[in-house]
Amino acid sequence: MSDLNLGQHISQQFNAELEDVRNKVLLMGGIVEEQLGKAVLAIVTGDSELAAVVEENDYRVNALEVEIDEECTRIVARRQPAASDLRLVMAVIKTITDLERIGDESKRIARMVHDELAGSMSEDVRQELEHMGDLVREMLRTILDAFARIDVETAVKVVEFDTRVDTKYVSITRQLITYMAQDPKMIPGILDILWAARSLERIGDRCENIAEYIFYLVNGRDIRHLSKEDELAQMAAAKDSAS
Amino acid sequence: MNDSHKAGPVPVEEKVTVRVKDLDLYYDRTVQALDNINLDIPDRQVTAFIGPSGCGKSTLLRCFNRMNDLIDHCVVQGKIIIDGKNILKKKIDVAELRRQVGMVFQKPNPFPKSIYENVAYGLRIQGISKRRVLDETVEWALKGAALWDEVKDRLQEPGFGLSGGQQQRLVIARAIAVQPKVILLDEPCSALDPISTLKIEELIHELKTQYTIIIVTHNMQQAARVSDKTAFMYLGKMIEYGETNQIFTNPAEKRTEDYITGRYG
Repeated sequence: MSDLNLGQHISQQFNAELEDVRNKVLLMGGIVEEQLGKAVLAIVTGDSELAAVVEENDYRVNALEVEIDEECTRIVARRQPAASDLRLVMAVIKTITDLERIGDESKRIARMVHDELAGSMSEDVRQELEHMGDLVREMLRTILDAFARIDVETAVKVVEFDTRVDTKYVSITRQLITYMAQDPKMIPGILDILWAARSLERIGDRCENIAEYIFYLVNGRDIRHLSKEDELAQMAAAKDSAS
Repeated sequence: MNDSHKAGPVPVEEKVTVRVKDLDLYYDRTVQALDNINLDIPDRQVTAFIGPSGCGKSTLLRCFNRMNDLIDHCVVQGKIIIDGKNILKKKIDVAELRRQVGMVFQKPNPFPKSIYENVAYGLRIQGISKRRVLDETVEWALKGAALWDEVKDRLQEPGFGLSGGQQQRLVIARAIAVQPKVILLDEPCSALDPISTLKIEELIHELKTQYTIIIVTHNMQQAARVSDKTAFMYLGKMIEYGETNQIFTNPAEKRTEDYITGRYG
């Protein structure tokens, strides 16, 4: 757990502002989670009405991104945050960018839902996609939980988890290539499924980004662009020196 | 926590201008104002001292040119080494030390003399009276203090006629006219408006190419803006000393963090 002591500023107003920003990020995360859940459900069940709902609701995610961004700008201008406060504001600004993109990817998945798709999706592919969807949703849920509690250990789990999503993506791709080779007429529909899988894989990467922001927020070190092994080693080292 | 961020000597590759070793200072024998201060102040950089009122930062600053000598019953122990010499030793020529280590105070304190004579004062004390040398130095110092263009046509007018920010730059010109090694700035902008403050900060940035600058400030944003190194002091102790970038983004000590983020300590 973190010891950021967000509520301990002498300025009560500053406490309230930071708390408000944090709550809004969680609210935004909640909406994105809902969007992703619906998008995955829509594509595996072929429910185009549900897909339309996802597309319609994307504006809520975008609006929150803008609102939180403005609030962060105001805090920087008026409070000149330093140290952990500064890192919180920076982490929030970056996190909401990734959340917004996760929202976009969810919308993209929903767009792939159409009547022809049902014909191209064999039962085994449907199951694989559903499973991958479950993994990615679990990642998102976990990373939002880690953000809410500013908990690096939980964030580390997400980084580890991403490997499973990547493996899944590779196996779905292989499966789809086989189907495309068997019946070229199926290619357009299968490509759509591939795009959806690709979006899910990207969402996993974005969750990993958020894990890196949480690490930065707590430890003040940037571990982006390291190999996964190095990144996990850094996280383990930070944990050891903290305990 | 990473030990390298804690108070202590700066890395060896930097040339050290002022070295403080095991410094204790007592007012009235019983009141300890500085407690075991150790730090190396690098050459031609800006070092800022921050901390709450009464933490000892001004007291420490005043040790560097023996201003505390003026206070009765003030006892200083330990060493302050400038240019290889322990300046706390009795036989040190304090007037010469103060030429080497100039000081600028919170309120501008020009002498009740003309702008010209304010700047020339230190030179006259040294016995320099050649008009040409004085003229050249006054111009050079006023330019160095970024004041020349504003006063070159009224050098004989009284220093008090200048605005607060100009007076502060006049005092800085007076300090650099005698070519010190170190310039001490004790809250130099606290009586100035924001624009004058920015001018002084800009000047500090230029002066550090030639002088080692030590600044005490209550304005944390100012410390963050102007300094290369920051020292955080609390209750007479040096809590943390390090790169300004590190102190303001990722301080190692919780007390530093609490102070610079405005939390209850």
